[in-house]
Order: sequence, then structure tokens, then C-alpha cells
Amino acid sequence: MSHEVPLLTARALAKTHGRTKALRDATIELRAGEILAVTGTSGSGKSTLLHCLAGIVRPDEGSVVYAGQRLDQLPDKRLSELRRTEFGVVFQFGQLIPELTAIDNVALPLLLAGVGRAEAHKRAGAWMERFGVRGQEEQRPGEMSGGQAQRVSMARALVTGPKIVFADEPTGALDSLASEQVMAAMVHTAREAGIAVLLITHDHQVAAYADREVRLRDGAIEDSVDFEVAQ
Amino acid sequence: MSTRHILLGLLAGGPSHGYDLKRRHDERFPQARPLAYGQVYTTLQRLVRDGLAEIEGTDSAGGPERTRYRSTDEGARELAKWTGEITPPAPFVTNEIFAKVVCAILASTDPAGYLRAQRAAHMERMRQLTAVKTATDADLATVLSADYALSHLDADLRWMTTTAARLTTLTAEVDAA
Ligand SMILES: Nc1ncnc2c1ncn2[C@@H]1O[C@H](COP(=O)(O)OP(=O)(O)O)[C@@H](O)[C@H]1O
Ligand SMILES: [Mg+2]
Repeated sequence: MSHEVPLLTARALAKTHGRTKALRDATIELRAGEILAVTGTSGSGKSTLLHCLAGIVRPDEGSVVYAGQRLDQLPDKRLSELRRTEFGVVFQFGQLIPELTAIDNVALPLLLAGVGRAEAHKRAGAWMERFGVRGQEEQRPGEMSGGQAQRVSMARALVTGPKIVFADEPTGALDSLASEQVMAAMVHTAREAGIAVLLITHDHQVAAYADREVRLRDGAIEDSVDFEVAQ
Repeated sequence: MSTRHILLGLLAGGPSHGYDLKRRHDERFPQARPLAYGQVYTTLQRLVRDGLAEIEGTDSAGGPERTRYRSTDEGARELAKWTGEITPPAPFVTNEIFAKVVCAILASTDPAGYLRAQRAAHMERMRQLTAVKTATDADLATVLSADYALSHLDADLRWMTTTAARLTTLTAEVDAA
């Protein structure tokens, strides 16, 4: 598989939180359809980088270009619309709405985009199937295992057909078997659908699912490893 | 690793020839180093000498004559004892990576650069093993043996990460000694 086309390019990103320089000079490129792991010790700036790349936070310096547009300069309204249609996000936990059933959680982004309820549920069900959580439709997040909840979260991140999924420690709260199942489902589905994944993790076994690894240290890129030769 | 006991284990499934035992070993333990035929042969001879296995007969169906071995009762008892015995949770005392880091400090070369390169090689191997275990035709034995290797490489990597972060202190310590 070749992932030569850059989909998202960030140059010389810097971001300061209070007096902490979370990012100092991060240049990174995500190619279409690739799975890129961003690793680094805790506090190295991984989440801040993800927030800047996904347009959740604006960098203090540097540029983020997605499909020819400067995300860092896009007006709020255009930015949130683009995020809703082109990006999906998965966090370590907490992004499912506890009062809603699994299928309603997955269907929510479609409902918010104006898709009818029946159609939204149909598409949501198909994504739940791909993540192996068919049968959990009527359960609420509190009634699911951590691994099931993460697979439901991924179905929700993918339901709108994004080009990129940003995943911040998606297996951080799971045991190793559940983590393996979530990763296998995510990688398989993303490859099948040609979706690029920016995967943040401090777990080497999770990073080993990626095509490429970028390592952060003190807010800057320390090292980059291309695994592609292996395949 | 005790080749004797592994062969006794394979013989517990029924009498077999040396060549079949080698083939079955390599199939069952996909990530293990393949057994050399000579090693199988000498191990079988020692098992016979020690009364743990015996020759059941010979076959020569159209090919060269092959000796068929089977486990004895004593062999079965020895195998049962081994499978219940605790393997000492000994760390790998000969840590080549650590030795190289210390020598790099002594020689004033680049221990940090070495650790980065070693890290990349470890990650590369982990990625290959992950591809092996997630292939659609991977059976559980393949998955579990890949997992075993992955866990050990992961342990090395975690050790390398903490070592890389403490190189300054280590360098001061090595230089002072
Ligand atoms: N909202 C915030 N306010 C203050 N400091 C923050 C905030 N977010 C992150 N930081 C700090 O910035 C640095 C990088 O954090 P983060 O990007 O979360 O790293 P990572 O995800 O690699 O653990 C850390 O020192 C962290 O404490
Ligand atoms: Mg983080």
C-alpha cells in the first residue's frame, strides 16, 4: 500500500498553555489512508498536537493545512463544519453520552447533520456491525464493557464517513486483550474504508499496528520511523 | 528450553518418526527457532538411553527406513512433572543492550543514537509480528506465540525508554567509576 499523498500537513507548530510550552516546533504530515502513530512519554505534547491538527485548538505559531485550506486561519463556523464532516475523534473515554443507547450515540452525528432517524439508525447499525458490537444497540454506555464502549465510540467517529480519525489513547483504559480487539477492529475498518488514522499512544504494542511512527519529546519531533518496508 | 521435554510432549500424542517430530514442532511453535534434524535425532537417542522413550518399530514405506519412537510410562511421568514445574522467573542477566550502552559511554560514542536506532529496530519487529498475528489466516497458536514475542520486545522498549531518559545520570556514574 502506498500513502504518498499528504492529506494533512502541519509546520512548525508551537502552543503554550500558561507557562508550559506544550509544543515548540512540531512538523508532521499525515498521508491519505495511512495509520500514523504518535508516541512519546506523558507530557511530551501528544494531545496538544492532536488538538491542533484536528482543529480543536488553534496553535500559537505554525500552520495546519488540510485539503488546501489553512485550518488555523479558518473562521470558527467553517472549522466546526469541516470537523463534523471530514474528521472523527475518539478519546480514551467519556465521549459517549450516558443517557443515550449505543445506537443513538452512534447515530447522533448523522441526526445532527439532518439525516432522518430511520436512515441514521440504519447506517449506525452497519458501523456497529463492522466493529463487532451488533447486539449492543439498546445498551447504555454504563452497561457496556470498556472495550465495547470504545468500539461504539469508533463506530460513532466513522459514521459520517470522515477522511481522518484522530484517536487519543483509544485503548488507554483497556486491558491488553480488549485493547487488541479494539485495535484490530479499528485498523481493519480504517484500511478497508481508506480512512487515515492519527493514533496517539504511549503503548508500543498499540503503536505496532501503525504504518509509521512519529515520536514526540518535549513538544518537538524526536524521531520518525517508517514501517512500510516491512509490508 | 528443554528439547527433551518438548519431544516427549509431542510423543504424548502418539508414536512418531524423527522427521515428523521436527515438522510438528515447527508447526506448533511458529515463533520458536526451528529444530535441527540432528538435534531431534540425538535427543531421541538420549531419551531411549534414559528409558523415557523406546523404539516401537521401523517403517520403510517406499522410502528410506525410518525409526518410529514412542514414549514410555517413565517418559509420561517425567513429562507430567515438567509441565507442572515452575519456570524460574529469572531476568535475562546478559543484557546486550545495556552492555552496549555502557560501552558506548566508556568509548564516548553515541549511546542515545544507539538507543534510538535499537528502538526503531524493535518497533519494526513488533510491527512485523503484529502483521503476522492479525493476518486473516492466523490460528491461535500463531497469535499467542507472536504475543509472547511482542510482550518481550515491549519490555525491552520500556526499559530503553527509561534508560534513554536517564543517560545523563548513567554517564556521570560510569565516568566516575
Ligand atoms: N489545558 C492545559 N493547561 C495547562 N497546561 C496544559 C494543558 N494541556 C496540557 N498542558 C501541559 O502541556 C504539556 C503537554 O501536555 P499534553 O499535550 O497533554 O501531553 P501528552 O498528551 O503527551 O501527555 C504538559 O506539560 C501538560 O501539563
Ligand atoms: Mg495526552
